[in-house]
Amino acid sequence: MTKHSEYRDEVTIRFAGDSGDGMQLTGTLFTNTSALHGNDLRTLPEFPAEIRAPAGTVPGVSSFQLHFGSKEIMTPGDICEVLVAMNSAALKANLDRLKRGGTIIANSSGFDKKNLNLAKYPEGKNPLTDGSLADYNVIEVDVTKLTKDALADSNLSNKDVERSKNMFVLGLLYWMYDRSLESTINFLDKKFGKKPEIAAANIKVLKAGWNYGETTETFASRQVKVKQASIAPGKYRNITGNDATVLGLVAATKQSGLPLFFGSYPITPASDILHGLSRHKNFGITTFQAEDEIAAISASIGASFGGTLGVTSSSGPGVALKGEALGLAVMLELPLVVINVQRAGPSTGMPTKTEQSDLLQAVYGRNGESPVAVVAPKSPADCFETIFEACRISLEHMIPVMYLSDGYIANGSEPWRYPQVSDLPDIAVKFAPKSKEDEKFLPYKRDERLVRDWAVPGVPGLEHRVGGLEKQDETGNVSYDPANHQKMTDLRRNKRDKIADFIPEQEVDSGNEQGDVLLVGWGGTYGTIRTVAHELRQEGMDVSHAHIRYLSPFPKNLAKLFSGFKHVIVPEINDGQLVRLIRAELEIKATAINKVEGLPFGVEELKSRIHNELEMLNSKENSELELPHGI
Amino acid sequence: MVFDTILSKHVSDSKNGSLLEEIPNYVGKDFSSDQDVRWCPGCGDYTILKQVQNAMPDIGVRKEDVVFISGIGCAARFPYYMDTYGLHSIHGRAAAIATGLKVTRPELSVWVISGDGDSLSIGGNHFIHALRRNVNVNYLLFNNEIYGLTKGQYSPTSPQGSTTKSTPFGSLDHAFNPLSVALGADGTFVARAMDRDPKHLNEMILRANQHRGTSMLEIYQNCIVFNDGAFGLFTDKQSRPAETIYLEHGKPLIFGKDKNRGIRLDSYKPEVVDLNDDISPDDLWIHDEQDSYKAHLLSRFFDTPTSGEGHFPRPFGVLYAVERDCYDDLVCKQNLAILEKKGEPDLDALLEGPETWEVK
Repeated sequence: MTKHSEYRDEVTIRFAGDSGDGMQLTGTLFTNTSALHGNDLRTLPEFPAEIRAPAGTVPGVSSFQLHFGSKEIMTPGDICEVLVAMNSAALKANLDRLKRGGTIIANSSGFDKKNLNLAKYPEGKNPLTDGSLADYNVIEVDVTKLTKDALADSNLSNKDVERSKNMFVLGLLYWMYDRSLESTINFLDKKFGKKPEIAAANIKVLKAGWNYGETTETFASRQVKVKQASIAPGKYRNITGNDATVLGLVAATKQSGLPLFFGSYPITPASDILHGLSRHKNFGITTFQAEDEIAAISASIGASFGGTLGVTSSSGPGVALKGEALGLAVMLELPLVVINVQRAGPSTGMPTKTEQSDLLQAVYGRNGESPVAVVAPKSPADCFETIFEACRISLEHMIPVMYLSDGYIANGSEPWRYPQVSDLPDIAVKFAPKSKEDEKFLPYKRDERLVRDWAVPGVPGLEHRVGGLEKQDETGNVSYDPANHQKMTDLRRNKRDKIADFIPEQEVDSGNEQGDVLLVGWGGTYGTIRTVAHELRQEGMDVSHAHIRYLSPFPKNLAKLFSGFKHVIVPEINDGQLVRLIRAELEIKATAINKVEGLPFGVEELKSRIHNELEMLNSKENSELELPHGI
Repeated sequence: MVFDTILSKHVSDSKNGSLLEEIPNYVGKDFSSDQDVRWCPGCGDYTILKQVQNAMPDIGVRKEDVVFISGIGCAARFPYYMDTYGLHSIHGRAAAIATGLKVTRPELSVWVISGDGDSLSIGGNHFIHALRRNVNVNYLLFNNEIYGLTKGQYSPTSPQGSTTKSTPFGSLDHAFNPLSVALGADGTFVARAMDRDPKHLNEMILRANQHRGTSMLEIYQNCIVFNDGAFGLFTDKQSRPAETIYLEHGKPLIFGKDKNRGIRLDSYKPEVVDLNDDISPDDLWIHDEQDSYKAHLLSRFFDTPTSGEGHFPRPFGVLYAVERDCYDDLVCKQNLAILEKKGEPDLDALLEGPETWEVK
C-alpha cells in the first residue's frame, strides 16, 4: 500500500497516562521537537492533585496537551484530536477532552482486567471492545509488549524496560507527524550519559515506535505533516511561565546592579519559582525558605530595608497571610515585589486549578488606604518582561508591586524569542546620598515623582527610624495629626497613580483602534481572547482586543480607548473583577463574561458566549430605541 | 555583603571607601534620638533603654551600622528613641524582618526588641525559627507578663489564674517559660536579666552582643500600670537574696542574704542546701554555660515560694552559651562557594537555556 501524507495547519495531541508513565516528559520532548521543526505551539500540562495517587486509578492520571501548527497558535487547544491513553484510567479521565471522531491510541495492555478494575469500569466492561468508542477512531497498540520485544536481548531489569515504554509512543507519534528523532536522541544521550545502556535502550524503543508506524498496516496513510509556521525571525527556546518569572528576576538583579533576596514558603503553583531561583545564587541572589508566608514577606522587607531588592512569592491563600506586612511595605515606601501565582479559591480552593480571582485582593485587599502597583503577565513568555517591569516599578518608585501570574501560564509553555542582555533596559536605583554636615536628613522627602530616597543602613548621617505608624511628612516621625494623615494618604495614592506617567499607553492588541466591540482581558486569557478576536473578525464582525498588563495604576489612555467602542466586553476566569475595576475606576459601561470552573476558557466556548452577550446587548438597545413609541 | 553590587559600593563610598573607619569615642547619650520618650512614668522600659544606650559605646560598632528592629507593643517603641537605624514593624514579625536584613547585610549589628506577647504569642513562630537558625542578632525580650499597649490583658507569660481585663475570673492558660522555649528551640545563647538591676543588665547586654548567633536575653520589666510588682519577689530588697541566684560561669551556685545557701546536684536532681561544715561551695553545682542539660534544669527553676517544697530561686545571668554556625554566615559561605564553583554568572547563557532553535 502506498503511503501518502496529509497536510494540516494545526494539530492538538493529548498524552495521558499514569503518573509513573512519563507523560510529561513525552509531551515535553514532542514539544521541543515540534519547536525545532518550526511550528508555533502552546502546551498545557495537567498533574494529579495527589503526589502519588495509586497507580492505574483515575486520580493518578497525568496528562500533557500540545497544540502545534503552521499558523499562529495562541492556546493549548480546547479539545484534542489525538488522545494517547496509556491505560484505561487515562482514557476515562480524558475522553471528554477528545473531539468526536478523534483518534485514540490506546496501550492495550493498560486495558487488562486489573487496569479496568483500578479505573472503576463496571465488571466485564472494556471500552475498547464494548462499542462505546464507536464514534472514535481507536488504534490499539500493545505498547508494553512491543517495548519488551524491542528490548528482548537487553540486560535491563523489567522495571527499566517498563519505564521506557513512553519512548515507543513518542517514536510512533514522531512517525505519524513526520518529525525528526534527532533532538530526542541527543536528549537521551545527555540525560543518561552515565548509564549508556539505558540511553541505548530508550533510543532503541524510540526507533521501534517509529518503525512500527512506518511498517504497520494500521498506520498506512496516516502520516500527517504540519509545516513550519511563519514566526518572527530570531532565536527561540521553550519556556514555562514560572521559569520565565525566574529569569526575569535574575535579569532585574543584573540590570539594577542590586542583590536580590527571595523569601518564600512552598505553595502550589508558585513553588517552582523558589526552586528555579535557588539554582542561580551566583547571580547575586539569596533564596530563603521561611517558616511561613508572613516570615517570607517580612524577611523580604528586612532585606529591602537594607538596600536589597526584596521579593516574595506565593499563591492566593499565602498572599492573604502576607497582607499586613504588605501594608507595612506601603507605609515604609520600600521596594518589594509580591508574586501571586493565582489558583482557584477561596480558602484552599483547588490548588492545581487556575483562576484569576485575586485581582481585587491585589488592588484593594489590605486594611486602610494602601495603594500598591499591580501588573499581570499575559502568557508564559511574557512573564519575563512583566516581572522585570514589576521590579523596575518597585525600585524606581519605591512601592510594593503585586505581580499576578496564574496556574495556567505558570505551568504552560510556549516558544520564547529570548532577548540578549544587551537589549535589556537598565533599572535606575537611587540611594539617599550621605547627608551634608549639620543638615538634618529627611527620610520622607520626595522628588517630583513623589518618590522618597532609599536610605540604607551603613551610611553615616542618615540614621533614621521608620515604621508602620503614620508618619509626619518629610521627617518620618510618628504623627497622629489629622491634616498630616490626609496629606500622607493623598501622597501615597498620588505616588502610585503617577506611575502611569512611566508606563506605556494601552494599545489594541488586534483589530481596529475604535469600532463595535472591544474584548478586554488581563493575564492568562490572552491567547484565547486573541484567537477568538481573530476568528470573530473572520466571521465579518468588527471586534478588537486589548490586553491590560498594568492593572494599577491603569494606563492613562484606557478610558479614552474604551470610549471608542460601542461595546466593551470583559471575559475573566473569575466572578467579575477587572470589569468591576473598569466600571468603578473608569466609569465605563462594560459587560462581563465570567467562568469559575478552575479551567481556562475554550475558544469555541468564549466565541459563543460573546455572540450571546452581543445578541442580548443589541436586542436591549433595539428595545430601548423603540421605547418612546411603546409609551 | 557577599556580592559586589551598587549597594556595597554605595555604602563603602559613603564611608570614604573604608568599612574599617575608626569608631568615634561615643558616649551613651550619642545614641539618644531627638524623639521624646513616651512610656508611662516609672516604666521599666526607661532603665532598659538607658542600659542599651550605655552599652552601645562598648560594642565597637559605628552607629550607622546599628539597626534596631521591633514588632508591636510598648517595648516596640524602642527604636524611635535610639539614634541608629531603626524599624518599628508589625506585631510579632521583628525576628523575621531582622533575619532578612542580617542575611543580606551581615556586617550590620542587628538588635530585635520584643515583648512577651510579641515574641511568644503572635510572633512565637518567628521566635523559635530565629533561634533554631541561629541568626546572628541580639534578641531582647522585654517580659512584663501582661499586654500593656492594649491596656491590660493577660499574656502568654502571665501566671495561670491571673486576673486581668480579659480574665476577670482568672486566666486558665498555662504560662510559657520563655527560657525553656528558647532552649527547646536550640537557642545558642539564653540569658535573663531584670530592669531593677541595671548594672547586671548592662553586663548581659554586652554578653549578648559578644555572642555570635541569636542571643536571647529575657529582661524582666515592670509594667507599672497594669502589672505592677509582677517581679517584686526578685526585685524587692527583702525577698531578692533568697529568691534570685546570679549565675557565673565556673562558679558554684550560691545565693541567700549571707551567701549561705547553694544548689547541689544529686545526680540529675537539684536541691537547695545550706552551706555549713558538711557542705562547702566545692560540693555545689558549678555553673557551666556550655552544658545544655544543666541549662535546661536551670530554666526549670521557674516556680514560686507558694509551690512549697523543692522551691528554687530564679536564675539570672547566662544560662547557656555555645558556639554553633550562624545562619547568616552559612548563607554567605554557601553563596560564595556557589559563585566560586559556577564562576562569573553569564546571563546570556542562562536566558538561552539548554535547547534553542533559530527561525530565519
